[in-house]
Amino acid sequence: MRVLLVDDESELVSTLAERLAIRGIQADWVTEAEDALRMAEANCYDVAVLDIRLPGMSGLDLQNIMKSKCPDLKFIFMTGHGSQGDFQAGTTEAGPDYYLVKPVSIEELMEKMNKLTSESGDPE
Amino acid sequence: MAPLPYRRTCQFRRLWYGVISLTSVVALFPLIFLAVIDYRATQHDLESEILLRTSRLVSNTRRTISYFLEERKSALDFIIHDNSFEQCADPGRLASILDRLKQTFGGFIDLGLIDPLGIQRVYVGPYGLTGKDYSVQEWYREVVTQGTYISDIFLGYRNIPHLVVAVKYASESGSYCVLRATLDTKKFNKLLSNLEMAGEGDAFIINHQGILQTPSRFHGKVFEKISLPIPKYAPKTRVYEWETPEGTELIIGYRYIKDSPFILMVTKQKSELMKPWYNTRKKLIGFLVISMVIILMVIFGGTTYMVNRIYTADQKLIMTLHQVEYSNKMASLGRLAAGVAHEINNPLAIINEKAGLIKDLLTFKKEYAQDHTLSAAIEVILSSVKRCGRITKRLLGFARHMDVSIQSIHVGEMVSEVLEFLHKEAEYRAITISLDISDDIPQIETDAGKLQQILLNIINNAFAAMEKGGNLEISAGMSGDDRVSITITDDGCGISQANLKQIFEPFFSTKTLAGGTGLGLSITYGLVQELGGSIDVKSEEGKGTAFTVTLPLAMG
Repeated sequence: MRVLLVDDESELVSTLAERLAIRGIQADWVTEAEDALRMAEANCYDVAVLDIRLPGMSGLDLQNIMKSKCPDLKFIFMTGHGSQGDFQAGTTEAGPDYYLVKPVSIEELMEKMNKLTSESGDPE
Repeated sequence: MAPLPYRRTCQFRRLWYGVISLTSVVALFPLIFLAVIDYRATQHDLESEILLRTSRLVSNTRRTISYFLEERKSALDFIIHDNSFEQCADPGRLASILDRLKQTFGGFIDLGLIDPLGIQRVYVGPYGLTGKDYSVQEWYREVVTQGTYISDIFLGYRNIPHLVVAVKYASESGSYCVLRATLDTKKFNKLLSNLEMAGEGDAFIINHQGILQTPSRFHGKVFEKISLPIPKYAPKTRVYEWETPEGTELIIGYRYIKDSPFILMVTKQKSELMKPWYNTRKKLIGFLVISMVIILMVIFGGTTYMVNRIYTADQKLIMTLHQVEYSNKMASLGRLAAGVAHEINNPLAIINEKAGLIKDLLTFKKEYAQDHTLSAAIEVILSSVKRCGRITKRLLGFARHMDVSIQSIHVGEMVSEVLEFLHKEAEYRAITISLDISDDIPQIETDAGKLQQILLNIINNAFAAMEKGGNLEISAGMSGDDRVSITITDDGCGISQANLKQIFEPFFSTKTLAGGTGLGLSITYGLVQELGGSIDVKSEEGKGTAFTVTLPLAMG
């Protein structure tokens, strides 16, 4: 499983990537939307973990663009903010199960990612 | 604390007084004014009518009396012209004339013929007066110069009231004689006493000296001086008002009777004549007073009702303004909390990941595995992060409720969520909280933010009322088919019966000195109403208080 982590906090994503690597998941990380798009085009990821608020572009917009480029890509949202607008938009897009509020526990994140990739074979 | 921005928009007591006095004046002034005008006009009309009626009575009676005297005088005149002196000097002839007079006219007592020397030559009648010399008497001289004479009424030697009528006859030869008749006054009196007189009326005759000539009911006996002043001469009938020294108001009408010493007088008591008017007046005043009382009652009641309505509307307005302000405050507080939570969340997430990484390293790399102190420290860091995360998530949840309107919630979860805010304080104060949430409550459709505020306000109040080690009980269950009721019971200081009526009113506070605004419960009340529910309170001083909030399952 290949994962792309997008968050403006480099310390957060880098550590998260390292921890995932320890658990045998190949995770790349970027802090900007443009980098994320470039990486998504260049590599074939199974899951993208996006922060709802990114500098320059919202995580939701980024998701839409990435979706058009890689239709098989699955998404998990991560947010530090709990505004009702974000919550509704995030849960509508990814479902309430894939909308995580920071701080996120690694076990939870892993579980969600595994669930997503195992679902990918479903006709849904 | 800052002064409250909203107060009463007007002074209701002054408004009440103002409206009542203005309306009363506008309503009552025309009524009283018209009543007084009508009263005076009617009274004046009636008084004029009384004077006119008296005047007519006097005139009519005067005509009757004048006619009576004139008739007798003319009769004598006719006799002396119809019979020669010699015929009249015949006592038999004169006696027969007297008989005829008595039969036809009536009232004649005797007849006498007096020669120019003043000696009564012939006399027919009950007394022997033949030969009596009248030459020195006043009346004789008057009849000689004037031609006729009517005497006052007097007793004379006969000792019965009578009057004398005399006429002079002058023959062509220049000699003359006088025919004299005495009339009794019975017929005269009858004329007056037969008058129909309303109002304690009195009709009588006086002479020019004020001596009563006929009996009077009220003003003296015959031949006594009248108790009224003698009216001054007037050629026609006069009516005037006069007050006796005893204070009785009299209407007096009089007429000087021409060619006689008589004045006809009629008196009536004004109060008697006005009696019907007084009855009418009593009714009129009664009616006026009743109308005024009714008008005042209507004004009073109406104004009180209207001013109360305005007052209530004003209260509501103030409360709404406070609620709006309060909601705004809560919303910005929510936004602030969310902002803080967000800011803290990012570094917290980093701590989380870094600590997680260290833990991973410890777990996955053998060389660190033995260091238990390190792994224990990491566990503590991670659990602390988890705790912080719980707090920030709660804050975010709180903020989320602030700007949402209606959503589906579970009452039990909502209560727990609210209690999470307060459980630290409860711990410090050793307050035991027991929950009794019934399982059969379905999810309810309501404004979660408002419900949260309602529960927070009530529980906070309960905390404030309790001492250390108090007991708080929160129970919830169905109330009927379509309502949920949540009851919050404390065993704190309770609320007195007098205060209980006022606790939902804005600005009512028993904690004013301690910084209470007196708005908490009034806002709670307003919020419950906005959710379509009701709030009820039971309390006993010293034993505790129970607030019950009843909400519909779905907001209509």
